[in-house]
Amino acid sequence: MDGRVSFDADPVIDFESPADEDGVHDSFSQLIQEQCHDLHDVIEMTPLDLEEDSRDDVECLEADSDAPQQTDHLIGERWSSDTLKVLSSMPSRTIGRSRGAIISQYCNRTMQLRRRRQSRPSIQHFPRSARPSIRGYGVETDAAGFEEEENKRDRLVNNLQNLSDSDRVRMLRAMPLSLSEKKELRMLVLNKAEHSVSQNQIPCCSQLKYYIIIALRHGWYGWLSFLSSLQLWQTALKCVGGRFGTGVLSYFIFLRTLLFFNVFLFLVTGLLLVVPQAITHPDQDQNITVRSSWGLEVLTGAGYFSHSLLYYGYYNNQTLQTGHSCSASGNGTSCSSGLSYNMPLVYFFTIGAAFFITCIILVYSMSKSFGQSFRIDKSKGLLAIKVFSSWDFKVIKKSSVRLQRANIGTQLKELVAEVNRQEQKFPVLQRLFRLFIHMLAWIMCLGSTLACVLAVYYFSEHMHGDLRNRTQAASSDPLLKEASLLAVPVVVSSINLLLPGFFNVVAWMEKYDSPSMLNYISISRNLLLKVSVLGVLCYHWLGRVATDPQSLGLECWESFVGQELYRFLLMDFIFMLLDTFFGEFLWRVFSQKALKRKRKPVFDIARNVLELIYGQTLAWLGVLFSPLLPAVQIIKLLFLFYMKKVSLKMNCQASGKPWRACQMTTIFITLLCFPAFLGATVCVTYTMWSITPSAGCGPFRGLKNMFQAGKRWVHRLAAVNPDLHWLASAHSYLVENPLFLFLCAGIFLIMIYFHSQVVDGQRKIIELLQEQIENEGEDKKFLITRLQHIHERKRRVTPRPVKGASEVHTHTLSHTHTHTHAHTLSHAHTHTHTHTHTHTHSHTHTHTHTHTHTHTLSHTHTHTHTHTLSHTHTHTHTHTHSLTHTHTHTHTHTHTHTHTHTHTHTHTLSHTHTHTLTHTHTHTHTHTHTHTHTLTHTHTHTHTHTHTHT
Amino acid sequence: MGNKQTIFTDEQLDAYQDCTFFTRKEILRLHGRYHELAPHLVPMDYTNDPDVKVPLALIVNMPELKENPFRNRIVESFSEDGQGNLSFNDFVDMFSVLSEMAPRELKAIYAFKIYDFNVDNYICKEDLEKTLNRLTKEELTPEEVNLVCEKAIEEADLDGDNKLSFADFENMISRAPDFLSTFHIRI
Repeated sequence: MDGRVSFDADPVIDFESPADEDGVHDSFSQLIQEQCHDLHDVIEMTPLDLEEDSRDDVECLEADSDAPQQTDHLIGERWSSDTLKVLSSMPSRTIGRSRGAIISQYCNRTMQLRRRRQSRPSIQHFPRSARPSIRGYGVETDAAGFEEEENKRDRLVNNLQNLSDSDRVRMLRAMPLSLSEKKELRMLVLNKAEHSVSQNQIPCCSQLKYYIIIALRHGWYGWLSFLSSLQLWQTALKCVGGRFGTGVLSYFIFLRTLLFFNVFLFLVTGLLLVVPQAITHPDQDQNITVRSSWGLEVLTGAGYFSHSLLYYGYYNNQTLQTGHSCSASGNGTSCSSGLSYNMPLVYFFTIGAAFFITCIILVYSMSKSFGQSFRIDKSKGLLAIKVFSSWDFKVIKKSSVRLQRANIGTQLKELVAEVNRQEQKFPVLQRLFRLFIHMLAWIMCLGSTLACVLAVYYFSEHMHGDLRNRTQAASSDPLLKEASLLAVPVVVSSINLLLPGFFNVVAWMEKYDSPSMLNYISISRNLLLKVSVLGVLCYHWLGRVATDPQSLGLECWESFVGQELYRFLLMDFIFMLLDTFFGEFLWRVFSQKALKRKRKPVFDIARNVLELIYGQTLAWLGVLFSPLLPAVQIIKLLFLFYMKKVSLKMNCQASGKPWRACQMTTIFITLLCFPAFLGATVCVTYTMWSITPSAGCGPFRGLKNMFQAGKRWVHRLAAVNPDLHWLASAHSYLVENPLFLFLCAGIFLIMIYFHSQVVDGQRKIIELLQEQIENEGEDKKFLITRLQHIHERKRRVTPRPVKGASEVHTHTLSHTHTHTHAHTLSHAHTHTHTHTHTHTHSHTHTHTHTHTHTHTLSHTHTHTHTHTLSHTHTHTHTHTHSLTHTHTHTHTHTHTHTHTHTHTHTHTLSHTHTHTLTHTHTHTHTHTHTHTHTLTHTHTHTHTHTHTHT
Repeated sequence: MGNKQTIFTDEQLDAYQDCTFFTRKEILRLHGRYHELAPHLVPMDYTNDPDVKVPLALIVNMPELKENPFRNRIVESFSEDGQGNLSFNDFVDMFSVLSEMAPRELKAIYAFKIYDFNVDNYICKEDLEKTLNRLTKEELTPEEVNLVCEKAIEEADLDGDNKLSFADFENMISRAPDFLSTFHIRI
């Protein structure tokens, strides 16, 4: 059952409510904190010495060795370890992570450990570019890992144990762990629970409690599986969803929803009205002999049916009594003994309560659906959402899969085009032309709607007069008279069938570019038509028939209206059948055989859903006049479901239009609630409050209006029990006084207004916050890069005893290089001199810088020495080269250092061309590796280039 | 419900019920489906937890998965060894997450795994390209694919590292109303 449109709120399904989240959150926040703490531990434990950097370098190397496989790794800058440390301890990296992510991280780790246990440990299994906050885990040894894992599990088990039973099950289900892991956890938790219980030497009563709990749980599971087996049309829906996608599925789910509404209505009216009335004896004197010619009666609902439980007129106004046979008719006789069943009162309150509960369910599901489909912010992320959530995993039919592909492709294209397009402007003339076309289309649609409404109005008036004449003449054929009753329903249903087709043609003429716009337009036009036709009909029934029933010779106008509604409902059904047969089946045959088209017609979801809504409105309108009308509607819907399913499979193909199922479902529910249900409620309340019920029949005979039944009861109650006198006055003040109702409605409207304002404000705030988040991200990026720069500079400044020297070394050396190149060619000895020289010369460094340089000079010296020793052999050079490669990262710096030396080398030796060529080769190679590090390196690079050219 | 269950013990069924979103009836049905996949491999008696795994090639042939462009990724994401061999536990797990009772958070975690083709805990451009190619199949030109990838990452990436971490992904999914209904396979 699809959660969005189903209305049975199963508490177990509801995982997403924030309140629910809160309950479990506390116990898990601890775990989250521990996780964060672990991170800090990892950070703080690593000392600021060589080890740290060498570890860094290991990872870098690891990444480097994978460089060919993973190209995107070089996109990001390489951060120094200090920067990473800052990054990983940033609050946004740790707090924002949900418990699910943490548990899943735990799961990933256990899985990795398990895999490592199985296979040889290989470095590739670590997340190479895992986010900094998780990085620390990558370097743990196996043994420590296992221990850690055990600890974690213990904590998890403890956490789970602290939860209540249902919470635990819920948690367990929602954990992103593998099932075997979950089972293990569950076993541990249960064992622990049992253990602790047995340790405490529990008294037998808690043992009993334990068994009771187990028994209850078994019962609950049995009940759940019973419920799931009750889910109507599970396989059929699966089949439809698989073949036609979510859009068509939403139609069927909507149909099922309506079915549930009607079942509810039927149960209420059936149990409270029909059954009590059926088991007590009806007043037989009303039972006029009726012909039973079954042909037409099923269609018209008149004749035999008119004096049956189906209609209002059959119900009496007695107080049904058990024990006493005390008939209390409307004149105020009170019976205070026995169990009394006051039919008028029950009739009044049953209908009222049924409408009220339906209203609550509708509003609830509407708000839920709204919350799901229209998230408050929809500013951006459309494309990403489309990519990741548009594939319907339910679809299993090949052709539908192909169609879905095409569908998603076109949607993405549209979105990309939208992103790219800078407000494509049509020329003024074209825009005017389009405007004119739209205006024309609307005029045509509104005109045709108006014409239809007028036609219905006059035709119903004509038929009304016709009926009056016939009853006065009383000579015409009764069969013809009955048949003439069917005229108005037939006309209305055919209008309902034909005009949407006309609207479709008009919309086709208009050529809307966006399909969703087309959907909305067609829905609004169809809705306008149906609402106005229904409005005219309501006027016809309540204005013409109800005010003047005598002229039609009606003893009971309510029954007549009930019959009319029955006829409309039935006609609607028959026309749907015809539409399915002719519109879908024959059209498919025709288009395939005659037009040789390969495509089958597309199932028009919007129109079909609106037809359903129309039928449901009729059913709601009719409940008052014919309590069994929901049963008719149930039968109709059941038929319709199977018919549409078969027809769909035979004749239709999935729609190529994009269908935002979630939003559409919301719109349908809204339409069902707003014009349909509200209209029906208004009509029914109007009837109850201000129309005089017929005097000769029904539960409300003899009353001024139906509403008086309640009033009379309250008065009677007050008369019997003086203490309840306040109830009568309260009733008369609250319910009868229209001011109070207006006040209520006014307050309600104001509340709605305030709420919409609040939502609006929240939307604005969210926009602002999003902007702020973006800015913060920018800030963060900026700060991190700054930090990185500062850190690098600091490294150059602070003379670190062991490895800091080597880095600074490279820097100075590259400078030396420039100068050796320019000035001295043969003097490897005079290195020191060139050093100081260059730095005062070319660069505007501070004094401290030169100081460090002098410091490093000694280093250079030794280095040059070693190199001069080996300079006769180029082989040794390549040797050091390879060494640095396999070694840690800091050595790559020295590597460049050797290179600059080789350059001076070539100069002093003035080697052959081949020799220098190989050298430059190796040089460019190192360049690719150290590319991202510092600016000075690139500097060296350019220089070597010029060098090779010379 | 009243019939004699020889496939699982009551204990096992309770465990399955507690750990998944299925009722015992559905668990038994799932076992039937699992058995169908490889009748010679999978025993009917599961009371002693046999260590049986059905290879990816067989699972992918289920009608529910056969036409799904992400079928291999789905199966791989749920297999414990990462190679796509599913034990019965993994199998139940898979359909439990894909059932409609599973909460959004859980679905998001596995959806992220499915879309993360190179298993590096990030959805990078490469992954997105693969996803798109599977989604559309020659509907889009390479340039368009490229553009969509760039824009999608740009839209969903919050911390500006040019790839989508799980946090980014979850944040985006929380704004996708249709995700719950589309990331759902009826079994």
